[in-house]
Amino acid sequence: MTLKNELSGIYFILWKDLRAYYFKPPNISWGILFPLVLTLAFTLRDPTGLTTLAPGLIAMAAVFGTTSMEAIVITFERRQGSLERLLLAPISIRSLLVGKVLGGAVFGGMISGVMVIVSVVLFGMEVINPLLFFGSLVLTLLTLSALGALVAVSVTEVFEAQTLSNFFRFPMVFLCGVFIPVETMPLLLQMVAYLLPLTYSVNALRLSTSQALGLVDPLFNVGALVLFLFLLLGVCEWVLRRSLK
Amino acid sequence: MAAIEINRLSKYYDGLLAVDGISFEVSRGEVFGFLGPNGAGKTSTIRMLVGLSKPSDGTAMVAGYSITDNIVEVKRRVGLVPEVSNLYDELSVWDNLLFMSQLYHVPRHERPGRVNEVLQSFDLIDRKLTKFGKLSKGLKRRVVIAASLVHEPEVLFLDEPTVGLDVVSAHSLREYIERLGTQETTVFLTTHYIEEADRLCDRIAIIVQGKIVVLDKPEEIKKRVRAQSIIRAELSRVPDGSLLQGLRELGELEFEGRSIRLQVEKTGESLSALFNLATQEGVSVEALETGRPTLEEAFVELTGMSTDRLHAEKGGAQK
Repeated sequence: MTLKNELSGIYFILWKDLRAYYFKPPNISWGILFPLVLTLAFTLRDPTGLTTLAPGLIAMAAVFGTTSMEAIVITFERRQGSLERLLLAPISIRSLLVGKVLGGAVFGGMISGVMVIVSVVLFGMEVINPLLFFGSLVLTLLTLSALGALVAVSVTEVFEAQTLSNFFRFPMVFLCGVFIPVETMPLLLQMVAYLLPLTYSVNALRLSTSQALGLVDPLFNVGALVLFLFLLLGVCEWVLRRSLK
Repeated sequence: MAAIEINRLSKYYDGLLAVDGISFEVSRGEVFGFLGPNGAGKTSTIRMLVGLSKPSDGTAMVAGYSITDNIVEVKRRVGLVPEVSNLYDELSVWDNLLFMSQLYHVPRHERPGRVNEVLQSFDLIDRKLTKFGKLSKGLKRRVVIAASLVHEPEVLFLDEPTVGLDVVSAHSLREYIERLGTQETTVFLTTHYIEEADRLCDRIAIIVQGKIVVLDKPEEIKKRVRAQSIIRAELSRVPDGSLLQGLRELGELEFEGRSIRLQVEKTGESLSALFNLATQEGVSVEALETGRPTLEEAFVELTGMSTDRLHAEKGGAQK
């Protein structure tokens, strides 16, 4: 097992998933429409304060972009038996999962990318620290995609994957500071919020658009996202290995 | 060196013993049949040998590498044709095969040539741009076999390759497998179609409740059946009463309507006794056939399965 083989395996799985599932016209049109509809809804509701809301909306687009297709793709391949094809290949389970997670992250990146463009062009959002902004966005996409993969490997049916995804998605959107600042929520909900990765994504994205940019807060939020990413990938790998008993 | 060396391999699923300490070897270039009733441990064995599950106990070497210590090297050298055609519906035949060549690290400059080569061997070149999902069942099986060969595996595992195929597709698939057998590829085949194993395999192992009950050449396995000969006859009426009693005294009898099947020790004596009985009972023998026991009959005897169950499993496999 060489690093080159592992990396090429990851690349080919990613490319295959993008071609076979993600880059299909209906998915691309949904990927563009979703952030636009989100924008329209919030603009019609209250056109003021959208600049403050923008980082949360970008994170929300990342949540739905990464988990919506990812969970379906893996569960579908498991049902169809084609995931077994990948498990038979001479690459590690870890590389297989990384390839799958990257697929979801790229698709989520496309959707949140549209939201970023809308936020900058229409809402006037200003990115003060591009490194923090794009770094935390990439980490968010990877972490949420790993969450989608974990959901997918934990169930057997596509509808179960959707239901379980919603179990995480909607509470995250409402608890993690997308609409309401975490600090203003009751203590118990704040504790729950800090157990969810999206809280750190929203914080990091907000910080990157804020003038009051320190060093500790960005590092803490980015560090938390890295931790979540490795934790989710590790659990995901463990669950998949267990299924091969 | 053997292509497959299995040494006391066992597998438990939730405390249930699926594979019970089996040991055998498969030579390079051999077409090896692995038969047994449903749930006997065939698929569990294959899954361990290709790295899709871990043995509970024992070891195995496939293509010279240990399945417990070096599974990635094993995976690089084996191909599996599973019972279901599990390639990617949304990709074309060409893209599916190209993806397999990429996944198995076939050098970049060799990939198009290799894919073309297997497409040609399986008469799929005209379908190379068709999406996998749009193919018929028979064509899908061919593509799946082609995909399993694109990296030129040393050992090819075929799990029920002809299940659900029409007669013509199954026939051409058997021809492909025969052709593989003449090359250097080792073929490890499981099938419910005993006649298929009889035709294709150099040697056959029969597994029952996780244990190997026989391992030999098909001809030798047939010789193990107690009966020396089989008489099949069509009578003018359904046997009953004293006719039925008389037939049972001639040998082991099975009958369905007017058709009878007798397993006997001595063909000549039994035939004359059958004709005497028929004359005595006033029935005529309208059709008659004698023969050696088939591999299916040997299988039924060795596994202790009823013929009805065997046919039911074959029917189940067809669905």
